[in-house]
Amino acid sequence: MDIIFLMIGVSIVIAVVFFILFIKSVKSGQYDDMYTPSVRMLFEDEFISDKSKVKESKSINQK
Amino acid sequence: MTKKTCFHCGNDCGSKPVVYDSKNFCCNGCKTVYEIFNENDLTCYYDLENAPGKIPEDIKGKYSYLDDEKIVEKLYDFKDGETRVITFYIPHIHCSSCIWILENLNKLNSAISTSQVNFPRKEVRVTFNCKAISLRQVVELLSSIGYEPLISLEDATVSKRKIDRSLIYKIGVAGFAFGNIMLMSVPEYLQAEEFWLDRYKFFFKLIIFVMILPVMFYSATDYFVSAFKGLKHKILNIDVPIVLGMIVLFLRSSYEVFFNVGQGYFDSLAGFVFFLLLGKIFQQQTYSFLSFERDYKSYFPVAVTKINKDRSEKNVAIYDVKKGDRLLIRDKELIPADGILIAGNAEIDYSFVTGESLPVTKKSGDKLFAGGKQLSGAIEMEILQTVSQSYLTQLWSNDVFKREKISGIKSLTDSISKRFTIIVLFIAFLAGLYWYFVDVSMVANVVTAVLIVACPCALALSAPFALGNMLRIFGKRKLYLKNADVIEDLSKVDTIIFDKTGTITNNKAKVFYDGELLIEKEIVAVKSVLRASNHPLSRMLYEEMEDVEVVEVSDFKEFVGKGLEGRVNDINVKIGSAQFLNTKNEEVLQTQSFISINGVIKGKYIFKNSYRKGLNAIFNELKSDYELGILSGDNDGEKQQLKTMLPENATLIFNKKPTDKLNYIKGLQNKGKNVLMIGDGLNDAGALVQSNVGLVVSENINVFSPASDGIVDASKFYKLPKFLKLSKKTLKVVKMSFVVSVLYNLIGMMFAITGNLSPIVAAILMPLSSITIVIFVTLGTNILASER
Repeated sequence: MDIIFLMIGVSIVIAVVFFILFIKSVKSGQYDDMYTPSVRMLFEDEFISDKSKVKESKSINQK
Repeated sequence: MTKKTCFHCGNDCGSKPVVYDSKNFCCNGCKTVYEIFNENDLTCYYDLENAPGKIPEDIKGKYSYLDDEKIVEKLYDFKDGETRVITFYIPHIHCSSCIWILENLNKLNSAISTSQVNFPRKEVRVTFNCKAISLRQVVELLSSIGYEPLISLEDATVSKRKIDRSLIYKIGVAGFAFGNIMLMSVPEYLQAEEFWLDRYKFFFKLIIFVMILPVMFYSATDYFVSAFKGLKHKILNIDVPIVLGMIVLFLRSSYEVFFNVGQGYFDSLAGFVFFLLLGKIFQQQTYSFLSFERDYKSYFPVAVTKINKDRSEKNVAIYDVKKGDRLLIRDKELIPADGILIAGNAEIDYSFVTGESLPVTKKSGDKLFAGGKQLSGAIEMEILQTVSQSYLTQLWSNDVFKREKISGIKSLTDSISKRFTIIVLFIAFLAGLYWYFVDVSMVANVVTAVLIVACPCALALSAPFALGNMLRIFGKRKLYLKNADVIEDLSKVDTIIFDKTGTITNNKAKVFYDGELLIEKEIVAVKSVLRASNHPLSRMLYEEMEDVEVVEVSDFKEFVGKGLEGRVNDINVKIGSAQFLNTKNEEVLQTQSFISINGVIKGKYIFKNSYRKGLNAIFNELKSDYELGILSGDNDGEKQQLKTMLPENATLIFNKKPTDKLNYIKGLQNKGKNVLMIGDGLNDAGALVQSNVGLVVSENINVFSPASDGIVDASKFYKLPKFLKLSKKTLKVVKMSFVVSVLYNLIGMMFAITGNLSPIVAAILMPLSSITIVIFVTLGTNILASER
């Protein structure tokens, strides 16, 4: 039953790892701007589809 | 005729839109922006949002000072080799299209490596290579696509503010400890008589003890500091009983753990700190895109153009401007210091200073005051006072601006907590006395239990959550308050002082026509000529003539600072000053534009300030509960009119300098009044800071507001009585929640006095009381707000 030491040790180590990750993410400024990233993540696709749209419209014009 | 709106900015295009790429534009400026985006495959800008753009302003020469490395030095966030990082504040940022285009700046110029938008702050952080592109070019690039950054003196003088993240760390630590301690306490809660759990009990407790240390000595530090400060000033603020409870909790639990008497209340302690910090972060939420600390530095330019003796121009930093210097003030630039107009047509817009929206015409030799914005072409002026000693700016040397506003000392929570603390100490003493005679071994146990249970967690949470929630509700209704304490201050106000110009008057002037009536054809001609002009008076007049058609104008000429001329079919229209039309001007004090048709003077348009909508209703609603007054820097021309609108006992004071305004408010406060000052311009800044609550009425909250406790959007000004009522009612909710939380304390006290406070009771009671209080006040304030 000494396994309980190991179990507790592991659980605490995991908790501490998450805690350190949290501190790190705060430090990097992740929580300074809570709004922009939610919009930004929707952009990348738009840009590509737009390019293809431009090409399409150009090819239509050529016809 | 269907109205065509501009593809870029959404403005009305009139009957002659600029057509490009089969899209309508209101002007060439907008078309140019579209061309830039089109060439760079960035037209997706228009897909994300409808007509998101802004007409680019003409900035010719305005940013030439950015070439001076010494001046721009302080603007950079970071520099290394050829890399430069700078953060711009751009008021126009308002939608997802803005984010998208600004983050794709590198597509417009490859020398810009990255640009990142912080939307809530309306900021963009640009990283660029200074060898390939200069800062000036970056700014001009931004301006050319309609995103002109606001670069002010403040950026160059104040060291970059650091974001304070300590509260988040503290919450993280407390939350981490709270969760894990609860987990470790489960065996104890279950009171399991299991052999192995029993055997490792001490080991569990030890881990719990290690985890509580950072909570006690890091997360809770603010409360220790605040309680200590309170005691030093002989004030029993709410933090005193909190800290007392925490210390007793900690000491008793440590004793129990190390002497193996019990399990301690560490779980309650961690949860307690966690909830308190949550309340704090909830209350702290502010509007990051607004600044409540602005002074004149936020609006004044970083550098100005000086004219040397040999007529050569040189950019100098604003603090290097000396008495006797000649300055060149370009169109739309701010006058940085008091001086005399030497040459050029000066038309000065003092709306930043006084709130007056109509520009003032000045002749050479006239005095110009700092803070005015030149509207018609370039002028030359000679400086009489340095920047910090000008009429307006010397206001900031007053002591009021140096001391921090002390608020919250007499707050409701603190006044209650004073009685609360005394009563709790008394009960603890009585209970101790009782048990001393019954069972001496129980004395320490009971006294500490009383102090633990009396720890006013729910009490301390009710005000932050109620006020914090109200702060948010106000924000949704466009009243932006600096912090939650302002709501409490607002509820105590008994005197309201209004500034006149710009506060109770509109920025849109009323236009009256005086003279021979114009026939329809002539009105059409006048409006058509006005359309081409960007002068504020022309715009006002143009907007006034709503239902009039617009036709094409030939031979249009604009004489800067004088007037306009144009021809529509056979009608020749001239609009402008009396001087321009060679006529006499009888009433010099009024702002007016004369009209002449085919060389004959027909009449004049007179511009008058109009009062805001519903002003009468506001005064009527407020007069029964508040003392009202007007405090204006203007002449008393409108005294009679205002007298009829205000109740009889109202005070009307005119011709006051900025410092006089401040002293007047101080005088009222010395008479024991709680003053709410409502102003709008920099000349009110002193009065706003001095007053108990200073509110600013602003037409455009992003662009301009002096330092204050709150900013109200001009369109919601008529709701002022309602806002005041709501703030009073919020305080009532807080009081009610105090009753509920005291009830919880009483229940806990029962357990404590009888000596039955087990850790599990404490662990249930504490979060339960906190959560009910939070729900109670949140629901309460929401119901209040939804009431009509």
